[in-house]
Amino acid sequence: MNLRNVIGRRSSWSLPYAVFLLLFVALPLVLIMVYAFIDEGGRFTLGNLARFFGDADALSTFAVSIEIAIENTAICLLLGYPVAWILANKRYNRSGVTIIIFILPMWINALMRTLATADLFNMLGITLGKGTLLFGMVYDYLPFMIYPIYNVLRRMDPSYAEAAQDLGAKPSRVFANVTLPLSLPGIVSGVMMVFMPTVSTFAISEFLTNNKIKLFGTIIQENINSSMWNYGAALSFIMLIIIGISTLFGGRGEEESQVQGGLI
Amino acid sequence: MKKFFARAYLILILLLLYAPLIFIAVSSFTESRVLGNWTGFSTKLYSNLFSGSMQGAAGSLMTAVYNTLIIALVASLVATLLGTLAAIGIFYSRSRAKNAVMFLNNIPMVNPDVITGVSLFLLFVFLGVTQGYVSVILAHITFCTPYVVLNVLPKLHQMNSNTYEAALDLGATPAQALRKVMVPQLLPGMLTGFILSFTMSLDDFAVTFFTRGTVGLETLSTYIYTDARKGGLTPELRPLMTIIFIVIFVLLLIFNIRQERAAKKKALLK
Amino acid sequence: MSKEGIIISLEHLSKWFGDKRVLDDVSLTIKKGEFVTILGPSGCGKTTTLRIIAGFETPDDGNVYIGGSLMNRVQPHKRPVNTVFQRYALFPHLNVFDNIAFGLKLKGVSRSEIETRVMRVLKMVGMTDYEWRNVDSLSGGQQQRVAIARAIVNQPEVLLLDEPLSALDHKMRKDMQIELKQMHKQLGITFVYVTHDQEEALTLSDTVVVMNEGVVQQIGSPTDIYNEPVNCFVADFIGESNIFNGTMIADRKVSFMGHEFECVDEGFGENVPVDVVVRPEDIYIMARTDRGQFHGVVSSCIFKGVHYEIIVNTPDGYELMIQDYNPFEAGMEVSMIIKPSDIQVMRKERITNTLEGEMIDQTHVELLGCGFECLPQEGLAAGNKVRVEVDFDKVELTDDKRDGTCEGDITFILYKADHWHLTVRAENGENIYVDTQDVWEDRDIVGINIRPEDMRITRAEESAA
Repeated sequence: MNLRNVIGRRSSWSLPYAVFLLLFVALPLVLIMVYAFIDEGGRFTLGNLARFFGDADALSTFAVSIEIAIENTAICLLLGYPVAWILANKRYNRSGVTIIIFILPMWINALMRTLATADLFNMLGITLGKGTLLFGMVYDYLPFMIYPIYNVLRRMDPSYAEAAQDLGAKPSRVFANVTLPLSLPGIVSGVMMVFMPTVSTFAISEFLTNNKIKLFGTIIQENINSSMWNYGAALSFIMLIIIGISTLFGGRGEEESQVQGGLI
Repeated sequence: MKKFFARAYLILILLLLYAPLIFIAVSSFTESRVLGNWTGFSTKLYSNLFSGSMQGAAGSLMTAVYNTLIIALVASLVATLLGTLAAIGIFYSRSRAKNAVMFLNNIPMVNPDVITGVSLFLLFVFLGVTQGYVSVILAHITFCTPYVVLNVLPKLHQMNSNTYEAALDLGATPAQALRKVMVPQLLPGMLTGFILSFTMSLDDFAVTFFTRGTVGLETLSTYIYTDARKGGLTPELRPLMTIIFIVIFVLLLIFNIRQERAAKKKALLK
Repeated sequence: MSKEGIIISLEHLSKWFGDKRVLDDVSLTIKKGEFVTILGPSGCGKTTTLRIIAGFETPDDGNVYIGGSLMNRVQPHKRPVNTVFQRYALFPHLNVFDNIAFGLKLKGVSRSEIETRVMRVLKMVGMTDYEWRNVDSLSGGQQQRVAIARAIVNQPEVLLLDEPLSALDHKMRKDMQIELKQMHKQLGITFVYVTHDQEEALTLSDTVVVMNEGVVQQIGSPTDIYNEPVNCFVADFIGESNIFNGTMIADRKVSFMGHEFECVDEGFGENVPVDVVVRPEDIYIMARTDRGQFHGVVSSCIFKGVHYEIIVNTPDGYELMIQDYNPFEAGMEVSMIIKPSDIQVMRKERITNTLEGEMIDQTHVELLGCGFECLPQEGLAAGNKVRVEVDFDKVELTDDKRDGTCEGDITFILYKADHWHLTVRAENGENIYVDTQDVWEDRDIVGINIRPEDMRITRAEESAA
């Protein structure tokens, strides 16, 4: 097999990227696992993980992160689903461009937006705390919830709903029994895109709560920055496990609504 | 009536989403050093920004902007090239190789930025790479390329795959067939992937934060972070953000309206 | 290898896609200027053969010669052939002119010559004045013309056409057939045309190559293929046929449907089982009379535009299809005559299933990749290679694949006047042939059962041991 034949076969054109992925995606993840299970001297240890489960501070941050993430995800879903539904409904919106206006804030530097939000609260005389944190988080992640749901709803064949209507279902039943179940992949994808990043954000939570509430991402960052790589890696490893579990539950929806996604 | 409520709801959500942005834009027209304090209309911040006459540390803001643009440009160009080739390869691969590459390709999209950042940080430590420009660019390529792949793949599905063979049949070498026949057909997907990569790179904070090392490389995001930790943002960031927002807003709107028109035209012809 | 007048020569081509053998020892020579059609059902290997000639696939075995030189490893862009693709494959980002000029520009032909040549072919395909049009704005027929123009403008020695008319509607297809035929005459180059439409093949070609399951079944002129099919597959695939199991009693004497007929075939031997083909238009039908060779009752009669299609049942349980210009009412008693020269006798490819197997234990044998129960075998031990014969009508098929010892799918159905002859591909890719009265559908997944007493097991001669 000479080089020329290899280049001529198009299936081999992904080889450079495959190598790149192995080096910059697979190997780094392996390194997280390796560093999580060794001590500073390079010897195998379970101490890093054990330390997390004995670290009351880290555990409570973890619990708070999960709690905030659940609340944030729920609020985003409740606020975002109607937006996606209205935008995808031809009766209210015929243009495919309107959605862009809703996801545009995503493109503006998240830190800058967050700082502006915090200052807005300050100006309005609202004390920074959990309430403002949630508000800021919803504001940051709402577009991520709207977009995948919109995508699924937009591509849904309207004849399903029409068939249900034709068979005598009331609009509320059509929604509950047809539209909602069919849009599930979009919901799953939206939840994935909101939940995990919320747990792991850093910086944003400090700015929005005046350093009162820390999220899990901050703990990881603090440890890495103070050269406690092994403990930082162990904390990242815990995140990875949660990601792994949640992808098992919602992995398929994620792909379906992202492929063909066009311009996010 | 229903329509009225639907509209009202959309406008309410839009207000929520845009309030901070409008807030920044409005306060870019006053001189106050504190955000939210109106000290009368002024365009001084804009003239400061353009003349580069900022006091002290603010002078490095322009360096950060410059770094951000260079990194975004290089990373998204490489990502577009790498991702397009990869998408073609994936499209023509057998399912096992395809699934393996797609699995790895999805990881950077599923992983939160912090994990991507930490994992790449460990990689550069492990490999002994000095962290700076190169490591940040490599890291940005890592999280940008998956989006290029995902945007080019649908174009390959839409493409009549015989067109490549037709080009060979008419005497084109594989390289010519790629350049003259495949690339033009994949271009919309490549362009979307490029824009997506560019804006994600511009916006990135977490990955840059972990991979920039200790050589003092600042991008816009890290600059804002450091600035805010020191207390009080450089006022000139306000006009800068306003300008960036307007540029992106207009570009994206034009790009999407054009795509929508093209799609409609195609639908009409069929 | 360079024989006079031969432009393409395929020698013993074989090609595998994974485990599936798509071409099996395909050999074919094509003369300069000939219009050759490769005809067969989908998946028969016809398109693969064409793609090997074009250079998009390389054969795993065998050789491809074009114009006398070996082409196996020559890349497509260096071959003196051009292709018209099934779905046109026009470049959507180029207009009509640039599509057609694509090949010429690559060859570095001068601008003025490109212009003259493009205009000339546009005129030839009847698309003058369309040169600046966007290809997306053209109808299917117009796109096809541009695709043909784009290929012939390069003046190839051979034009390859891969089902070029399959996406067009019936009327358009008929018109394009005539135009293609004229174009072939005018250009004087070789056309290799691939289609699954037998009518198209018979209309257009000088030579028809019939393929099935990767094997060339018959090569001949359209009249040869129609009048003298070499086997049941060709007879069934080309036109309508009545196919019977028969016995060659002696030279010029064949028996089928329980009657003896005179025929013109000789040299089969005596009392040899054969397949008999009679075309529906070759059976003469009349109101019941003693002059008929055999008799029956009309069960249906449908007007088909030019002729009537009449289904007749005989008292012995055979069903015949007959075409006639006169209608015969259902229920009417009729008599039939078949002329000796209209009876086509073919040697049977097989008279029973012969399968290679291996003993699992005394009462089980592995066949078709599955373990079947058999009668206790004296003198055979586990691991012994055996040959197992099973008659066609002794293979049982089940609707639910789970009810069968083995799973298979029906790949070919042949109606033989009083029963169906099915080809079933088992899990391991081997075929088993089944005679049945039941109606099955193509591509049905079925279970396969064989009763132990219906297997004739003999030890296979082991050549080496």
